[in-house]
Amino acid sequence: MFRETAIKEIEAIREQYPTARAALLPAIYVAQREFGWLSPEAYESVSSVLGVPRATVRGVATFYAMYKHRPMGRHLVQLCTNVSCMILGAEKLVDFLKNRYGLEAGGMSSDGRFSLVIMECIGACGTAPAMLVNNDFYENLTEKYIEEILEKYR
Amino acid sequence: MERVLLKNIENPESADINEYKKAGGYKGLPKALGMQPREIIDEVKKAGLRGRGGAGFPVAMKWTFASADPKFPKYLLCNADEGEPGTFKDRPILEKNPHILIEGMAISGYALGAEYGYVYLRGEYPGAKDVLNRAIAQAYEQGFLGDNIGGKGVRFHLAVHQGAGAYICGEETALIESLEGDKGQPRIKPPFPVNVGVFSKPTVVNNVETLSNLPYLIEIGGEAYSKIGSPDCPGPKIYCVSGHVERPGVYELPMGTSLKDIIYDHCGGMKAGRKLKAVIPGGISTPVLPPDKIDCPMDFVNMPKHGSMLGSGAVIVMDESVCLVKVCFRALKFFEHESCGKCTPCREGTGWLRKILGRIEHGEGVDGDIELLLSVAGNILGKTFCPLGDGAASVVQNFIKHFRPEFEEHIRAGKCMVNG
Repeated sequence: MFRETAIKEIEAIREQYPTARAALLPAIYVAQREFGWLSPEAYESVSSVLGVPRATVRGVATFYAMYKHRPMGRHLVQLCTNVSCMILGAEKLVDFLKNRYGLEAGGMSSDGRFSLVIMECIGACGTAPAMLVNNDFYENLTEKYIEEILEKYR
Repeated sequence: MERVLLKNIENPESADINEYKKAGGYKGLPKALGMQPREIIDEVKKAGLRGRGGAGFPVAMKWTFASADPKFPKYLLCNADEGEPGTFKDRPILEKNPHILIEGMAISGYALGAEYGYVYLRGEYPGAKDVLNRAIAQAYEQGFLGDNIGGKGVRFHLAVHQGAGAYICGEETALIESLEGDKGQPRIKPPFPVNVGVFSKPTVVNNVETLSNLPYLIEIGGEAYSKIGSPDCPGPKIYCVSGHVERPGVYELPMGTSLKDIIYDHCGGMKAGRKLKAVIPGGISTPVLPPDKIDCPMDFVNMPKHGSMLGSGAVIVMDESVCLVKVCFRALKFFEHESCGKCTPCREGTGWLRKILGRIEHGEGVDGDIELLLSVAGNILGKTFCPLGDGAASVVQNFIKHFRPEFEEHIRAGKCMVNG
């Protein structure tokens, strides 16, 4: 079950909407942050705080790409490969992440340091290729630049 | 043209309310509060403002429908689910000029009689969420949001609602479903959101850029605003350019600036002097254009006459190093991934288009594949709940229409004529 602080946080979010159900997406974000991923306990916790059936919580959560349904590495690498990034070399960067860090799309590095998610457009097309690491944008990527960036995330 | 929407963004503190005010902000809202709501809608109508999200729907018309509905309360939703591939025009407003959006929403809320607003922000913009929340808190502190805006008893409350990674939530009824805490699947229309929207109440959904036009529009008046840019479709417009140009980025220009001028003047032409091969002018869903068709005014009225659409104003420029079969295949992978699964033509059709394009791209195409692609696309077009299916179908149709020999060569030779 959630810590008391997380319950308070969700109750405060709930106040922003006329229905409890509308607080579902933000509550799932809280659960993901608290449990690291959407474990059965995470679903159960959201369900009990908002009074929304667990099957509904899971049904909604699995629709969206940014909710994680398995344990993730400590840092989330989200690399865009859509057209603007692709034509400027994003696919080579996918290969690089695999060869250099053992990262496959959707997978985790063996040391648990990184998970890789291949993204559809992240809105950094003018500075492509681009990625998000956790909440930070990195743009005009090259293999060397990626190495420098990931060095900062231990 | 002096910048309106991206004014002051070089200032590192531009997101702060006091910097926004110093740069001339929060002048439109007090003026609006001195007008009747009906007068504001009339100014917007005179201005000829059209929605900047992609469809170009006349804003005043949407507002008139919603304000005429007697149900209460009404809601104003800002569509900040900027997800159309190639589009990054709203991000600088959200991250660097959030108060222009907040001021625009307060004006719009007053005009509509909406007391509650949400910014539906895409999950991929976590930085913008923090900026917006700070800006909203500042606007409350200084009385531009709350229960007594400008001391005139006007109520408007605003909160950020973060999406979670679903392109389809940029479609307004899917956005509403998602805000209500459900899967983002479009609703059948009618009823339209202006009558039965979020929480079953009258709801206006407008794009970030659209709402950000309001402070300036009200400040200078609809008549003066209508003189900016294209007479058919006036106002400032943010074009965002990516791909093989010398200076990719965001450009705020008068609506109707020619696509050719955007590429060759504003963006400095093709990177390293290479040859232009194709342009997607308005985000990936809009029809691709070959180099001889880019002398066209980029607005909602004129682009359809030139065989494409303005869409989100997201220009993707491709040089001769690009294999267009591969681009088309990548686009369909996107549409298949983002199809919400609600209606059959889109759910099944995008998958089949992707599979056929994949085998052509991988040198395994067979005779008749091009006809098969066109047949599947024709069975999606116009048969889906929302425009996602139409976008997917029209991408395939237009890539084949303009670049058919490249597809034929892939099938005939079993390999790519660009990359071998």
